Amino acid sequence: MDLLPFLLVQCLNALSQAALLFFLGVGLTLIFGIMRIVNFAHGTFYMLGAFLGYSAARLSGNFWLAMIVGPIIAGGIGAAFEVGLLRPLYRRDDSAFLMVTFGLTLVLGDIIRLLWGVDALQVAVPDAFAGIVFLFDEPFPVYRLFLAGAGVVVAIAIWQFLERTRLGLLIRATSQNAEMVHALGVDVNLVRSGIFGIGCGLAALGGVLAAPLVTASLGMAGNAIIDAFVIVIIGGMGSFLGSLLAAVLVAFVQVFGTYYFPDFALAAMYLLMLLVLVVRPGGLLGKEA
Amino acid sequence: MLRIEGLHTHYGPSHILQGVDLAVPRGRICAVLGRNGVGKTTTVRSIMGLVPPTSGRVLLDGQDIAGWAPHLVARAGVAYVPEGRLIFPDLSVLENIRVGERRPAKVWTVERLLELFPSLRERSGNRGWQLSGGEQQMLAIARALVSDPRVVLLDEPSQGLAPLVVRELAAVIKRLCAEGVTILLIEQNMKLAEAVADELHIMVKGRIVYVASPEVFRAEEEEIRGRYLTV
Repeated sequence: MDLLPFLLVQCLNALSQAALLFFLGVGLTLIFGIMRIVNFAHGTFYMLGAFLGYSAARLSGNFWLAMIVGPIIAGGIGAAFEVGLLRPLYRRDDSAFLMVTFGLTLVLGDIIRLLWGVDALQVAVPDAFAGIVFLFDEPFPVYRLFLAGAGVVVAIAIWQFLERTRLGLLIRATSQNAEMVHALGVDVNLVRSGIFGIGCGLAALGGVLAAPLVTASLGMAGNAIIDAFVIVIIGGMGSFLGSLLAAVLVAFVQVFGTYYFPDFALAAMYLLMLLVLVVRPGGLLGKEA
Repeated sequence: MLRIEGLHTHYGPSHILQGVDLAVPRGRICAVLGRNGVGKTTTVRSIMGLVPPTSGRVLLDGQDIAGWAPHLVARAGVAYVPEGRLIFPDLSVLENIRVGERRPAKVWTVERLLELFPSLRERSGNRGWQLSGGEQQMLAIARALVSDPRVVLLDEPSQGLAPLVVRELAAVIKRLCAEGVTILLIEQNMKLAEAVADELHIMVKGRIVYVASPEVFRAEEEEIRGRYLTV
């Protein structure tokens, strides 16, 4: 096998992986930026997305619909959770948020177990993206191409949303000084609920899209939350661009690490994190030095 | 326009405002002077709802807004220029103003604000952290005006500014007054307060203890300064 085609295919592979990691990490970092809250339940929303996507695709027979319905339901649950349980805690210390969001992982996890059972559920790759293509004579799953493309589209969409819309402006301002935004006549609580819902919805979108690759299973949440934390820490807490950069870096390390150093593949991601923390303790694009 | 009656505010166990009475007539500038820690900033923060007052009334055109959430106070027509300016450092000059523009401005449009503050127009694409202290202060004022407020709360605008810039600031405040803006000015800088205010209030230990016009104040300045203001 030639080196160049191989590298190209592995790069595409890494980009498709980066897309999933980005959906997972960007919500967590935005939520942290605005609310200074570590959302422990973020991985669980990813898992919830996978199961919701499974059911939506099964009931409607339409994967596109699942991509819309899953994130909306999960985002709605996230926003409702913020309004009902987090909002009363804003004047407390941070450990309260850890407890409550961790509690949510347990409750949501059990609800998912009750509704969908304990078995891993196979989600079919949508027909349009089934099969493989040959890139320089290397076989490559079409679905992974689609994932990489979806990652690019969503990243551009979020970026434009943050830069061009009023809500995007308020999200950026709130992450810099929430009290000032409040005193300028903006209901900051609405901004908080909005960003929490959007963040959970993005995680769920990641789950919907990951399900055809890895099946929807109860183990998803645990792995996902660790990946999400690593991305947020590498990218810098609260940085949108940082989460994008970190997702790509981690994906490349995972994909190439698995190939060249299979025994150390798991450790590679943490070595990368360690390296970044030594050089830039606040993360690549983080604020605190 | 803005009338404060018997305002009390506590920070935990400490009783900061102990019955503040204050009135700012429409189109006037009232200044509140006082030593550090007497409750000047707390007065503004209490009006804004950032620190909920324990008792008393804050009347805006007769409507009691005491204890309202900050965003509702702002929407009622109170604009806030905080101590330390609190510009959004990573937003551009124009974006900083737009955060304050809840609906398209009728009186203080962005275009008009950029005419009033030409230095902001020059730096409209710059980020907040790149501005000088004086430019940040003008931006904080522009961000407040763009909401077409009924009254502006200006907290220590001269803080950390060079004398020349303070003079510029005084000119801006006078200009605003000439345009009919109502202002409650909190200041340590007596010169600035004297130069722009229609009425001077002196605060000691959470109460207003002295009210006078600048003329009267000037006549009594030596005595007043010694009694209430110097440390």
